[in-house]
Amino acid sequence: MSVTREEVAKIASLARISMDEDALDQMVPELNNILAWVEQLGEVDTSKVEPMAAVIPQDQRLRDDVIDADPLTGGGRREDVLANAPMAEHGFYGVPKVIE
Amino acid sequence: MTDFTQMGLKAIRDGVAAGDFTAREVAEVHNDAVATAAELNAFIVTTPDHALAAADAVDAARAAGEELGPMAGVPIGMKDLFATKGVQSTAASHILEGFVPPYESTVSQKLWDAGAGMLGKLNMDQFAMGSSNETSYFGNVASPWKKQGSNATLTPGGSSGGSSAAVAARLCPAATGTDTGGSIRQPAAITGITGIKPTYGRCSRWGIVAFASSLDQAGPMARSVEDCAIMLGAMAGFDPKDSTSIDAPVPDWAGLLDADLAGKTVGIPREYRMDGMDAEIDASWEQGKQWLRDAGANVVDVSLPHTKYALPAYYIIAPAEASSNLARYDGVRYGLRDLPEGAGLQDMYAATRSAGFGDEVKRRILIGTYVLSAGFYDAYYTQAQKVRTLVQKDFMDAFEQCDVILAPTTPNAAFALGEMTDDPLAMYLNDVFSVPASLAGLPAMSVPATLNKDGLPLGLQIVGRPMDEQGVLNAGLAIEQRAGFTAQPEKWW
Repeated sequence: MSVTREEVAKIASLARISMDEDALDQMVPELNNILAWVEQLGEVDTSKVEPMAAVIPQDQRLRDDVIDADPLTGGGRREDVLANAPMAEHGFYGVPKVIE
Repeated sequence: MTDFTQMGLKAIRDGVAAGDFTAREVAEVHNDAVATAAELNAFIVTTPDHALAAADAVDAARAAGEELGPMAGVPIGMKDLFATKGVQSTAASHILEGFVPPYESTVSQKLWDAGAGMLGKLNMDQFAMGSSNETSYFGNVASPWKKQGSNATLTPGGSSGGSSAAVAARLCPAATGTDTGGSIRQPAAITGITGIKPTYGRCSRWGIVAFASSLDQAGPMARSVEDCAIMLGAMAGFDPKDSTSIDAPVPDWAGLLDADLAGKTVGIPREYRMDGMDAEIDASWEQGKQWLRDAGANVVDVSLPHTKYALPAYYIIAPAEASSNLARYDGVRYGLRDLPEGAGLQDMYAATRSAGFGDEVKRRILIGTYVLSAGFYDAYYTQAQKVRTLVQKDFMDAFEQCDVILAPTTPNAAFALGEMTDDPLAMYLNDVFSVPASLAGLPAMSVPATLNKDGLPLGLQIVGRPMDEQGVLNAGLAIEQRAGFTAQPEKWW
């Protein structure tokens, strides 16, 4: 399978990466090279194979159902959470206007 | 006077513990070595005060007669993929430039608790995507090695290229690395140092910037097998904050090291012998077999039939996971924001991510987005995950016949910066020997074997059963003892 310029533009839009015309021109053949190469996976008979879910078998663990079981990742750390925000206002993240 | 930069991790630790010298002296000398090696560009930020404070704490603890940790007095480099509290952590990306974590990654915290200090944050391929350290936003890392008779700047490998360059150049006795498809083993091999990726789940991923979560593992890079064993012991262990962390005790790998391989069987995977294989890589592999026979092992041929499909499967799975993981960089919560005049929220996302990600990162996000998109998911992603199952089964079948597997680490020695950047696919092929063990979650290490005719290091790779880091380290030690690799780069920086 190969991708067209329009398809790459669509993928870039889905991935929220703006790309100008030059960037698209460069990316299309690069992606097609890679996609043509991974195509060889189609040769492998996998009709009786389960897709891998976990590389090392593990039981899912449950933590205690309490608030702030781990103080580091629990709540009440607004200052820390906002410290790296490019724009924080009134204790919240600031974003451009979303609703017209 | 002793040159501390020539000492390994254990020698430094034992010397500090014995009172032969102070941790502070060791830290100062290494801080100086780092400060005068700017030409290598191995560090994104240096943290001399962190190294000194950790050293002073160790010296004070010793003076007070307290028990010292397994890394006490050892100054190390920390790959910039680890979140370090109060110290910029960028994954070598523009989008995280200026990000100062308010928390410490589990692995780095364990190292500080063990008495290590931090010389700085090491440069790397951006978001750990690359095999040559040419995708960092903060510039290429130069290998300390040069080809005989050439002044061309060589790659230190990637993605842990700052780590490999710094350890090989004697800027630090050891450094952390992370390995998703070979990012510890490949740079270790081509810079003549030692590095191990443990079993997936041994080291907590909490606080490590995520690339491909089902593959990412941290591990040590140092200049001997024993030093790697000590440092891995300090890094590993169960962490409830990582849902894939293995809840199993950490063996005393360093204490149990044993290079006597009598009764052990080493498998040689025939599919790793590729057409047009570099003759010197092949010769070093042959030599490696002989070394392991000399150590008492029985060497047998094994088959890993799906080897050729491991790399294409990896280049579907890793980008797919990356496209999901990197969706978090949105210009809202941390890192860069690019807000064009009059732009709305969606435009802000797209502009921020366009400005903040490098070309290779964008390429992988786009591949990942494509293979996960409706209509293509089964053909690409599900098929790749099925192939991954087969790759793992190949290894498990092989381990019915052998205890560890021996293979080259890389298909070639270090190449020059710029030599492969025009062809992303050619670059990917550099990971051909390292990716299969990653897909199977197995412990794997690279040990220096020899220099090629150009005077550049070549490494040998040992892959073990799940949880059998000890078997890998023991075989590594057997090679190390026989290879007698003492070469180091001539200082030009």
